[in-house]
Amino acid sequence: MQEHSEHHIVPKRVYALVFTTLIIMTWVTAWISTVDLGPMNIWVALSIAVFKASIVVLFFMHVKYGTRLTKMIVCSGILWLMFLLFVTMGDMWTRGWMGVPGR
Amino acid sequence: MIAATVPVKEEKNYMNAEHGLKSWLLTQDHKRIALLYLLSVTVFFIVGGLFAALIRLELTTPAGDLLDSNTYNKVFTAHGVVMIFFFLIPSIPAILGNFLLPLMIGAKDLAFPRINLLSWYVYMLGGTLGVVVLATGGVDTGWTFYTPLSTTYSNGYVVLTAMAAFVAGFSSILTGLNFIVTVHRMRAPGLTWFRLPLFVWAHYATSVIMILGTPVIAVTLFMLMLERGLHIGFFDPAYGGDPVLFQHLFWFYSHPAVYIMILPSMGVISEVVSTFCSKKPFGYTFIAFSSVAIAVFGFLVWGHHLYVSSQSAYAGMVFSILTYILAIPSAIKIFNWAATMYKGQVRLTAPMLYALGFIGLFTVGGLTGLFLAAMGLDVHVTDTYFVVAHFHYVMVGGAIMGYMAGLHYWWPKITGRMYSQLWAKVACCLVFIGFNLTFFPQFVLGYLGMPRRYHVYPVEFQVLNVLSSGGAAVLGLGYLIPGVYFLWSLKYGAKAGDNPWGATTLEWQTSSPPPTANFEVTPVVTTEVYDYSNTEVPHIV
Repeated sequence: MQEHSEHHIVPKRVYALVFTTLIIMTWVTAWISTVDLGPMNIWVALSIAVFKASIVVLFFMHVKYGTRLTKMIVCSGILWLMFLLFVTMGDMWTRGWMGVPGR
Repeated sequence: MIAATVPVKEEKNYMNAEHGLKSWLLTQDHKRIALLYLLSVTVFFIVGGLFAALIRLELTTPAGDLLDSNTYNKVFTAHGVVMIFFFLIPSIPAILGNFLLPLMIGAKDLAFPRINLLSWYVYMLGGTLGVVVLATGGVDTGWTFYTPLSTTYSNGYVVLTAMAAFVAGFSSILTGLNFIVTVHRMRAPGLTWFRLPLFVWAHYATSVIMILGTPVIAVTLFMLMLERGLHIGFFDPAYGGDPVLFQHLFWFYSHPAVYIMILPSMGVISEVVSTFCSKKPFGYTFIAFSSVAIAVFGFLVWGHHLYVSSQSAYAGMVFSILTYILAIPSAIKIFNWAATMYKGQVRLTAPMLYALGFIGLFTVGGLTGLFLAAMGLDVHVTDTYFVVAHFHYVMVGGAIMGYMAGLHYWWPKITGRMYSQLWAKVACCLVFIGFNLTFFPQFVLGYLGMPRRYHVYPVEFQVLNVLSSGGAAVLGLGYLIPGVYFLWSLKYGAKAGDNPWGATTLEWQTSSPPPTANFEVTPVVTTEVYDYSNTEVPHIV
């Protein structure tokens, strides 16, 4: 290896805090599923999931302390996921635009 | 009098540095791992080829007289699964990329040698699962596993086959990860990004696809397994699912997977054309960035596989336009290779013949892809032999011709031995003729309306099918001959020397075969890439 990036030592209390947050948010996910929020059901569940995934990536996977290249690689993965989700949903959203011949 | 002979000390290289099966199975040397891949990938190529032979034999007559319809379904599925997941995807990256990437950048090995070995074991695990499926009855869904056939109606071993592809995918991810880190972190001093050989650029772009695309097919196949086993309802309208969602997810990976096959081939062609014209590739930067452009835009065109599904026509239009845009970076490469050859000292060696074959056949494959990108025309030829011919021109005419060009080009480096140029040229001509005889009639058959994946057909299609089957026999012979002269060369071939072709990239600056650590001294790069000003053009017999 030509160079080594410095390893950041994360205090144990940060891990404990992240772990506690994940447990609490899991409990919130379970609780919120019993409350009918109408069309917001899916968005609330997804928001909690995205928040939980973000803190796992940032703290447990050390991306917060990683190099800019590491952050860029993570962002490119998220961008690709957006391609997949939005373009696929683009198909779903526009299917009805042309109508059905004969109806 | 007894004549005494003085034993000649054999030069140490990666092949004779250690002996015994254990030294191979536990090796962390990227070159030995590449050879492990070479052996295993070749076995899968032969297996996939035998299934192709069965298909062409069956289609020699209009009646289903060799295979019944169920067996035929299983045979073409096995051909597709084996060739795509276990031959085409790993062929160039895992064999030539593994062997050459560290050598080309002046490194001692890949960044993660143990992960490299792990990738081979994971690949073998996936391959073994695939073989178990074949031995126990096979699967009949086609390599595309479309729902609801795969989730509800198929009687074959769908879950096990999906698991085989799922596992093999992880091998691909590990290889891609290794390549990206290696290119970023282990380049020799002075080897800037724009001094990298185009083969390295191509593999970097391929690795991006492997890392970003393969997890999606893994998730998709996992969803398929859950759906078939537990009836969860991702793809079942009865539970609020959508079968077209499977096609979206599947092709999000599987279209870019074509670029996992073709981009490394393009990297090979750039090296071969440059060496045998003794010229820096025309438009080096454009070729390098076109690889990256193909990797990025290749992810945005998957919907052109879904024109006849219930995909929205508006989405179809966007995918159609994006597909046309994707043709531009591919065309840049073709034009630049042609411009490199223009007024070059073109030497028609065996690797160069394969490279020329690639350019011709890939051009036909690419242009017919534009026919299929047109929504109206696509409706006429979807699921016909036109599509079969198109993707074989890309995958066989493109990817395998490139693989053969690369194997012939670097064989002297890999083994230290030369093979017969005459036989290699004969084999290349047989492959070119056999390939066109096999697949060109299929364009006509498809346009006339012969559907793919049927074992019986109307009698008026027989002449073209017989031509196609005859061509397949010639093609098979063309692939068999290199196996003979490559093996022959290991024992009887002339010593190759370090740089038999007069090439300029770093792998040719070390001995053939290279030592375990690749270079005696870490090279320092002080000249621009493809600098032929101080290179003599050797005479090759």
